[in-house]
Amino acid sequence: MIPVCPTTALPPGEATRVEADEPIAVFNVDGEFYAIDDTCTHQDASLADGWLDGCAVECPLHASCFDLRTGKVSGPPAKTPVRTHRVVVQDGMVYVQAGTTAEDVA
Amino acid sequence: MTSTIAVVGASLAGLSAARALRDQSYDGRIVVIGDEVHAPYDRPPLSKDFLAGTASLEDIALGAPDDEDLGLEWRLGTTAVGLEHLSRSVQLSDGSEVRADGVVLATGARARRLPGSEGLDGVHVLRSLDDAVALREDLAAAGRLVVIGAGFIGAEVAATARKLGLEVTVVETQPVPLAGPLGADMGAVCAGLHADHGTRLLTGTGVARLVGTGRVEAVELTDGTRLSADVVVVGIGATPNIEWLAHSGVALGNGVLTDARGATNTPGVVAVGDCAAAWSAAAERHVRIEHWTNALEQPATAVATLVGAGGPVPTPVPYFWSDQYGARIQFAGSRREGDVARVVEGSCDDRSFLVVYERDGQPVAVLGMNQPRLFTRWRRQLRAAVPTAS
Repeated sequence: MIPVCPTTALPPGEATRVEADEPIAVFNVDGEFYAIDDTCTHQDASLADGWLDGCAVECPLHASCFDLRTGKVSGPPAKTPVRTHRVVVQDGMVYVQAGTTAEDVA
Repeated sequence: MTSTIAVVGASLAGLSAARALRDQSYDGRIVVIGDEVHAPYDRPPLSKDFLAGTASLEDIALGAPDDEDLGLEWRLGTTAVGLEHLSRSVQLSDGSEVRADGVVLATGARARRLPGSEGLDGVHVLRSLDDAVALREDLAAAGRLVVIGAGFIGAEVAATARKLGLEVTVVETQPVPLAGPLGADMGAVCAGLHADHGTRLLTGTGVARLVGTGRVEAVELTDGTRLSADVVVVGIGATPNIEWLAHSGVALGNGVLTDARGATNTPGVVAVGDCAAAWSAAAERHVRIEHWTNALEQPATAVATLVGAGGPVPTPVPYFWSDQYGARIQFAGSRREGDVARVVEGSCDDRSFLVVYERDGQPVAVLGMNQPRLFTRWRRQLRAAVPTAS
């Protein structure tokens, strides 16, 4: 598991980027944590820099939208989904299990 | 009888219109007419990754797997040459016509050319995929590039050519590049990227003529300077593709004139994207916007108008971006002369900053260089600040 940060360092509405083989973006939506690939599938932009609107993140560059729960595209111009990753909260710390999709454990 | 909507134009605005029609539950026939033979593709990469050879045609295709479900009838490689507004039929270059109950005009714009450059090899404009392929081939064998026009397209081509190892000179008639959209101060800051990366920028000088027989050899400036060139790129703006509507009865100005919801003066005909000049209550005039985001977002409103769905008139905050020399420039809002530009983060010298333009103490526009996260926050703030007209 990759340690991300203390839960207190990622308040609701915020996002952070974690370096991994492929960078991962971790979001706090009203206390629920979600992790997806950080790089937009449309063009090179960091989704952690994007705008969080409910369970969707809007890419900061071209406004592609992705559903944080499924990784699916919810707004163009992106064509392909991003991968989701499992988030674990333990002892006040946020961790990400890269390569484990959120749906695997749902 | 099944109704038909003809979408004239198969780029971002046309495709977005077709998608919006299905989103809004239109289940009739949709015919998409495009003068290029290519399926819809994304134009911004044409001056950047596609030109550099790092993005393929597949990479820049706009079509998504789900688009197959849209059930669109494509008429690609066919130019619309006329519109009969009473029967709402679109006449095509192959002599056929498409009769429709509704028409979406999305014919875009074309690159302005330099008078006297016709028939001279090595002189390019950049608008279409074919333009980009031809330019890419020419750049591969070239050593010296002269770019005429230091706007965003010109600057991006210059940056890409530098990356490819060419010697690049950019010529701009205005004293400061990009002063129109960004203001003189910030235009100068952005144009500073050229010098940072070894591109020569000559401002305040016009082009007298292109020199060469058969193939361009040099660009002669109005001050007498002669710039040797293997390739010349002309980036001096775009003209809306509306001549084909001259006898249609559709009102034209600097683009197809529409109200704020995309309706033209002709019932059942709406216009979107680069070819459309929509009424702006804020500007109190028709405004033709050539931005990618406008072509993406505007069709939803126009299509709602066409199918009679109505809804509030959106008041979008104009947004555009440019990638040059690895720097990401983003701008949102509407800037006027007299607005005060204030650096609120970073510094211009570091090429990483956020500038807010203020009018009467209120933010009206924002410019970021390499500040996507902060820029997005400001952009959303501007969007929230704009009242929605009813």
